[in-house]
Amino acid sequence: MSLAQILEHTRGRLERLGNAVTSYVWRLGFASRFLFYTVVHSGTALRRFRLTVAEIYFAGVLSLIIILVSGLFVGMVLALQGYETLQRFGASESLGVLVALSLVRELGPVVAGLLFASRAGSAITAEIGLMKATEQISAMEMMAVDPIARVVAPRFWGGVLSMPILAALFSALGIFGGYLVGVQLIGVDAGAFWSQMQAAVDLRNDILNGVIKSVVFGVAVTWIAVFEGYDAVPTAEGVSRATTRTVVTSSLAILALDFVLTALMFTGGKPA
Amino acid sequence: MVEIQNVAFGYDAARPVLRDVSLTIARGSVIGIMGQSGCGKTTLLRLIAAQFLPTQGAVRVLGEATSGLDREALYRMRRRMGMLFQFGALFTDMSVYENVAFPLREHTVLAEDLIHDLVVLKLEAVGLRGAAQLMPAELSGGMARRVALARCIALDPQLILYDEPFTGLDPISFGVIVRLIRELNDSLGATSVIVTHDVQEALGVVDYVYFMAAGRVIAEGKPDEIRASREPFVHQFVNGELDGPVPFHYPAPAYPAELELAEV
Repeated sequence: MSLAQILEHTRGRLERLGNAVTSYVWRLGFASRFLFYTVVHSGTALRRFRLTVAEIYFAGVLSLIIILVSGLFVGMVLALQGYETLQRFGASESLGVLVALSLVRELGPVVAGLLFASRAGSAITAEIGLMKATEQISAMEMMAVDPIARVVAPRFWGGVLSMPILAALFSALGIFGGYLVGVQLIGVDAGAFWSQMQAAVDLRNDILNGVIKSVVFGVAVTWIAVFEGYDAVPTAEGVSRATTRTVVTSSLAILALDFVLTALMFTGGKPA
Repeated sequence: MVEIQNVAFGYDAARPVLRDVSLTIARGSVIGIMGQSGCGKTTLLRLIAAQFLPTQGAVRVLGEATSGLDREALYRMRRRMGMLFQFGALFTDMSVYENVAFPLREHTVLAEDLIHDLVVLKLEAVGLRGAAQLMPAELSGGMARRVALARCIALDPQLILYDEPFTGLDPISFGVIVRLIRELNDSLGATSVIVTHDVQEALGVVDYVYFMAAGRVIAEGKPDEIRASREPFVHQFVNGELDGPVPFHYPAPAYPAELELAEV
């Protein structure tokens, strides 16, 4: 291969890389403007709150089964694994603390967020994408109704409001699962289980930080879901790709945001 | 009602879709914009609806130039027009009743019993009062088109745009839609623009026709003038002839040469 060919080949690769980066940055900018526009045009969603309530049902209530069952099993597994380790050090009565802190600080928001992205996020993207593919969004615009205010904003707020409640329910069921296995099955003292949990779990440092995480995850997942739906190529393949992108991008966003938030919350703001 | 002056438009600069199109649509008329698929007629309809803006020239609709409108003015203008989409574009999560009530709920503060009366009135006009509680998935193609028409006229528009309203309809549904387009236009005192390639069917309902090919208006006239046109493209199109200015074969390399290549 001559030098000219090598240079040409390298130039081609750099050009493709440049295009990919430009396109990614452009899309990120578009998504940010989209979020800003959605928030600014949320008047309808808040004024006619029943539109948002319908989306809370769609995103939140219909996700309850998977969230509750998963929470219960995660709590039960935590209790089994935790007891196994704690009893070696004679600290099995701290089982309640381990289960509660694991769930409230990390597993509740993160696992509920991942489940929410798969169940509700994908459904939101598919619904908006199909509305676009079947010209329902265009029809709305032709009726002088802003689809971002009427379709996107209620779904956005429905998701944002649902997510912290789902995460809280996940943690609650998880703690109940831990109680069933730890106290009822293994025989850890019930008084120690609950009282140590009560003493060790701090409202501000643990519960509030967990709630903040779930709110941030709720905004991220729902933002990605509504944007991918609205930006989907209006074909069957386009909607399918958008739905996949929602699940993948939201899951990665949750994990990355979790690291950043944990580093800020549990190290006093100093780098971990 | 609609004035289009020397309009050019392209989705990208290299491929113009419309070139120097000029036409005028008078108040109260039913106008047909016809031509083969890909000739630019749907794009022209979308320029009239201000979904796209011309890259050159001017589009004036209901007395306003579409290029100078901000979002509020655009929506104000669109409240005075209705558009029937090719497959109806009904909201699939709402019943027939809720679909027709949608523009009324969004743009008026009417009491619920008044909205009910208006919805019943519009559904009666398209013959589907009895289908009010059905969901869009339960409707045939023709019924969905009629419900969409009822929704389209819910706010008594001055201008109604039809994008391929006859596609995929059986003869009975087709006859119903043709009659409704004419009747609704005349009873509402509206103006209608029909974009279609179903030329024989459309010639029976329109007052005036613009014929398009390759992004230009190549012929215009009353339906009888179009039927009698000697313009080769119009003649081929109206009579459905296999060959003519629009060739049967898509441009390709020489046939024998390609076969020889295949043998090698």
